[in-house]
Amino acid sequence: MGGFSQAIADAFSLLLGFDARVFEIVLLSLQVSSLAVLIGTFIGLPLGACLAVGNFPGKQAAAVVVNGFMGLPSVVVGVVVYLVLSRSGPMGDFGLLYTPSAMVIAQVVLVVPLMAAISRQVVEDSWRQYCEELSALRFGWRDTVRVLLYDCRFSLSVAVLAGLGRAMSEVGAVMIVGGNIDRSTRVMTTAIALETSKGDLPLAIALGMVLLVLILLLNAGAFALRTSVMRRFE
Amino acid sequence: MSLFPLQLRDVVFRPNGRAVLEGVDLTLSGEGITVILGPNGAGKSVLLRTVCGLLQPTGGSLDWGGGAFDPLAVGMVFQHPVMLRSSVIDNIALGLVPRGVGARDRRLAAMAMLEQVGLADRANDNARQLSGGEQQRLALGRVWLTRPRLLLLDEPTSSLDPSAVEAVERIVRQIRTEGTKILMTTHNLGQATRLADDIVFLAGGRVREHVSVRRFFSQPASAEARQFIQGELPWHLAF
Repeated sequence: MGGFSQAIADAFSLLLGFDARVFEIVLLSLQVSSLAVLIGTFIGLPLGACLAVGNFPGKQAAAVVVNGFMGLPSVVVGVVVYLVLSRSGPMGDFGLLYTPSAMVIAQVVLVVPLMAAISRQVVEDSWRQYCEELSALRFGWRDTVRVLLYDCRFSLSVAVLAGLGRAMSEVGAVMIVGGNIDRSTRVMTTAIALETSKGDLPLAIALGMVLLVLILLLNAGAFALRTSVMRRFE
Repeated sequence: MSLFPLQLRDVVFRPNGRAVLEGVDLTLSGEGITVILGPNGAGKSVLLRTVCGLLQPTGGSLDWGGGAFDPLAVGMVFQHPVMLRSSVIDNIALGLVPRGVGARDRRLAAMAMLEQVGLADRANDNARQLSGGEQQRLALGRVWLTRPRLLLLDEPTSSLDPSAVEAVERIVRQIRTEGTKILMTTHNLGQATRLADDIVFLAGGRVREHVSVRRFFSQPASAEARQFIQGELPWHLAF
């Protein structure tokens, strides 16, 4: 018990002392996950909306695949991205393996199905409501997708948050493609895993606390924004 | 190319074998207001959706003045219009989006239309917070802005109070004055007498009468129409 209390006390002193190592890791985590979610938003949300609105052969199968990929194991994604980016892989010439870019790619692969599945459900509900009106106004599918994404913007913030949560808490894929290299590709989750296995609990606990607080703050901010804007347009 | 005369020939609509339209024959000229009357379930709304192209008839054909159907020339306003989660001006400009009008021109045209439908002072308000009558005026303006040649109105004033009905009817008359053909359904016989040039009486999925408004109300030819006007239409005529 004494060791545990000491570890927590040391974790606080690392945070309050603005330990450079901690903040370097936190900053890289935020950069990688934010970029992955930003890219994922531009791919996942329109993809989900197209699945909701589109009328094409294999639509149901595509929806099942996207839903199934929501729970894609991150280590599997890590291995696949590793193979693609490794020297002998199709993207080996770019030399991205063990760089933050590789971690962004892996996280994009992880968050896109999640965001697309949520987007499909939200937009499909909305499409049922607007189908006749937009069809009578002669909206094509591209304009329909654009208008519905805009109209569902408050509900879709949940998809973005879910993507951010998945990206920030993921460890397997970034560990494989990033290599957990100190001062290069070490992010909060991989650092926590490493430091815990080394027995350096204060750093692991400090990073864990930062991770929790960040996720709570992001959710609280998004909730407040959503509530205030919804009050105007609902 | 003219859409008119619009000829519906033996139009049948039977979703899952259930008869809704049973061989509708109808010819519409390109002017005036045609009101479709009939009991609930007679197929009025289905007929409008078929003309709009939202439903594909099971049988029969629609002949658009000998030419092809031009979807951009046909607009429709529904009984319960849907408002996007956005401002009034964004909602009224919506119809111009698929017509490739730029954002700036959309806004200018939308503002002018808001003046016409009496909603200019609500331009930046939340469209979903408008009253039922205001939403219906917005929906009319939204379609009017696209300058359709044929405007379909599906019970546009049901559940509106008398002053809102009067405002909607005023806009409908204005649209008609600009040369748009209007085909509308209503359950309000008073409204039919105020707006209609001719009446189509639909019962049991068929056109029972298509005559001038004066003749329909003074000398209804069919027993069903007589009973409908007197409010005694037997329920079994409705599906």
